[in-house]
Amino acid sequence: MADLRTVFAGISSPNPFWLASAPPTDKEYNVRRAFQAGWGGVVWKTLGEDPPVVNVSSRYGALAYEGRRMAGLNNIELISDRPLATNIAEIKSVKRDFPDRALVVSLMVPCQEDSWKSILPIVEETGADGIELNFGCPHGMSERNMGAAVGQVPEYVEMVTRWCKQYTRMPVIVKLTPNITNILAPARAALAGGADAVSLINTIQSVIGVDLDAMAPMPVVGGQGTHGGYCGPAVKPIALRMIGDIARDPELSALPISGIGGISNWRDAAEFLAMGSTTLQVCTAAMHYGFRIVEDMIEGLSSWMDGKGYAGIDDVTGRAIPRYVHWNDLNLKFRTLARIDQDACIKCGLCHIACEDTSHQAIARLRDGEARRYEVIDEECVGCNLCAHVCPVDGCITMEPQPVDGVQTWRDHPNNPSRVTA
Amino acid sequence: MNATPDIACGRLSALELSQNFADAHPTLTAPQAALEADRCLYCFDAPCMEACPTSIDIPKFIKAIASGNLAGSARTILESNILGGSCARVCPTEILCEQVCVHNSLEAGKPVRIGALQRFATDWQMDHGGQPFTRAPLTGRRVAVVGAGPAGLACAHRLAMHGHDVVLFDRHTQPGGLNSYGVAAYKLADDFAQREVAFLMEIGGITFQGGVTVGRDVTVSALAVEYDAVFLAMGLAGVRALGLAGETLDGVMDAVSFIETLRSNDKKDVPVGRRVVVIGGGNTAVDAAVQARRLGADEVTLVYRRGVEHMSATSVEREWAQTNGVTVRLWAAPQGLLSEDGALTGIAFARGRAGADGRVVYDPEDSFTLAADMVLKAIGQVFLPAHAEGEHIAVEGGRIVVDAQYRTSMPGVYAGGDCIVGEDLTVAAVRDGRDAAEAIDKALRAGDGRGRGVEQENG
Repeated sequence: MADLRTVFAGISSPNPFWLASAPPTDKEYNVRRAFQAGWGGVVWKTLGEDPPVVNVSSRYGALAYEGRRMAGLNNIELISDRPLATNIAEIKSVKRDFPDRALVVSLMVPCQEDSWKSILPIVEETGADGIELNFGCPHGMSERNMGAAVGQVPEYVEMVTRWCKQYTRMPVIVKLTPNITNILAPARAALAGGADAVSLINTIQSVIGVDLDAMAPMPVVGGQGTHGGYCGPAVKPIALRMIGDIARDPELSALPISGIGGISNWRDAAEFLAMGSTTLQVCTAAMHYGFRIVEDMIEGLSSWMDGKGYAGIDDVTGRAIPRYVHWNDLNLKFRTLARIDQDACIKCGLCHIACEDTSHQAIARLRDGEARRYEVIDEECVGCNLCAHVCPVDGCITMEPQPVDGVQTWRDHPNNPSRVTA
Repeated sequence: MNATPDIACGRLSALELSQNFADAHPTLTAPQAALEADRCLYCFDAPCMEACPTSIDIPKFIKAIASGNLAGSARTILESNILGGSCARVCPTEILCEQVCVHNSLEAGKPVRIGALQRFATDWQMDHGGQPFTRAPLTGRRVAVVGAGPAGLACAHRLAMHGHDVVLFDRHTQPGGLNSYGVAAYKLADDFAQREVAFLMEIGGITFQGGVTVGRDVTVSALAVEYDAVFLAMGLAGVRALGLAGETLDGVMDAVSFIETLRSNDKKDVPVGRRVVVIGGGNTAVDAAVQARRLGADEVTLVYRRGVEHMSATSVEREWAQTNGVTVRLWAAPQGLLSEDGALTGIAFARGRAGADGRVVYDPEDSFTLAADMVLKAIGQVFLPAHAEGEHIAVEGGRIVVDAQYRTSMPGVYAGGDCIVGEDLTVAAVRDGRDAAEAIDKALRAGDGRGRGVEQENG
């Protein structure tokens, strides 16, 4: 059995699956249920200064795709709208009863040293394992110069991180916003400020859709809408890119990463680990199906690791990073060709029309009476993979790498005007 | 001994009858339709579309259901098949579109429920949208359509769309043909046939004249003189006889008449035997057998002379009969009707088997009898040549001969539906009517209303 225990920025948890700071971690009741269900850790929903914020009614909007619900989720909820003392008392109670689990508290107070200086001892007193600085909330709070408004200015990230390191002994995790051009800038700032780790991504600014009857963005609040933060399975690719960028950066490679962004199952989890994460934060999947989904995440990850011979999480973390390169490093001589398993083919023709209309006219449509047959024209196939993606039958279209004759990258390609010549 | 067979009305209560003849397959709910529509892969060069005699763009109409574009979905169906609503209910989809759905390759027997989705979209149109088509500028041309069944209705609608005026003749008092008089009631429940005709006629320019039998009340020649073109779609009005003694006994009747009586009357007034034997292996036999059961017959046996693989009723129809308590007996040919004191008591069958040359051999010595109060004959329908008697209309093998343009041998006279050679399916009749209308329109616009007949073309 693979050992799923993790030590992340000095915080131990029995498995890498944490619930992200969000509605599922807003109250003792929910967090107890999460720990009972087996979650390794929790980042308590962001605490702020009293008086608490006020949340609107009608908070979530979702993106459905061809019948699948919540491929993406958008929210306009703010940080915890309960008094600080209530949250603090509950955090203390839960931590006392679940000493083996990671309990991290998310924080967001104004960008003033005093504000941070005064809240940190209150949190520390709960026995919480660490704090996560919410520099990512992209709606509501950012207009008040908090959340993403801080995360988008590296100097502020560094400054606040430094304050926190100064006023608490707790490990400091800096949660980064993806609403930025280059994720390395705030990550480096966090490191410079002394951060013990980063977590990413927070939600992406979004308008999830428009109610065409109300003629207002969704979710509609009294006839109006506002932009929110986007998360769920649809944001996973954005998260993987940003995590990978940090993990492969020589200056940042030692900075532990808690991966967040649409993790829905053990396979997603393994991918986030491979791209450099040590712990994993989940929200939308739990909000969709309840806390019990962690069981399959744990068992699936464990079985997969056993099959691959990975003994612990550290064996997986960053495993794909050496092969996460810049485009210029790719071998232009590599060639792959589509192969159609004619026995598995159900003759839907989707590969043909996709290639014919939108790609390289490399799949021939053949008819012999009633019988349909689709065949790859090797000479035309550029190996783009589109046919394999549109094919509804798993394994029917595979991409077959061809023998490679050496390596040629763009750096040394004759078509490159600025190629490096020996 | 009772001198009359046990045939009676009202074997079941009014409530039981209304349940038994309610919609056999109620429509999908909106969430069900959305779920099912999302299963469609939106195939390119879709096999389902090719399997549909009317070539409905099935992936397109299903995608439109998935997107919530129900008006567009219905229009896609109805522009190929104006009787898409009844076809959704009566088509043997298991041997047409759904048989070739690519989902069968993923999991056998789990095609997209195309028929149910088609019904969902067309029902929406009839309930919310009304007639979606409008007429082209009027041409002043008049076309006589003989037979107000699916072929005639489809032809009339398409002609009206093209701006021609149509007079639709039928021997029955109501339009609809088999949809009104020949299909099992639970397939077209809630007066669907008449509602669909009313929907279709909303286009305007179509006048119905019921109670007119061509060949008796008016001749084809006379219509050809009076109108710019004639379309014959009178179906198969004759039924085959068993050719056995006793066929005129009370209780022996053809299944078509039995169903017509059932479709034309309150169910409590329709007489049915206590023990019913249905002879035949087609959909009419199944419709008669199941409806006899649902009227309250104790025992219904469907007897077919060959094996299941030879039945023209589909496996779905056969299983429907069996789940309705109909006993299906195979490889048996009727030998004689039995009676006592002039009253039907049963029917004798000879068992058969395939001989060395593949032909079935029935052994009169190896026989059995079934007690019966009612025997329903469903061994095939035939074109009644009397309709065309004395006309210069070529008939071969009991069907009117037409060319690829649906032209008969008589100039200006076209034909389609069951009265010409081809599959006897509602959906095929609709295609015939639609395509004949296009041919007629083309000829009328070319100023050649008389067209060119088959003989002329061959000569």
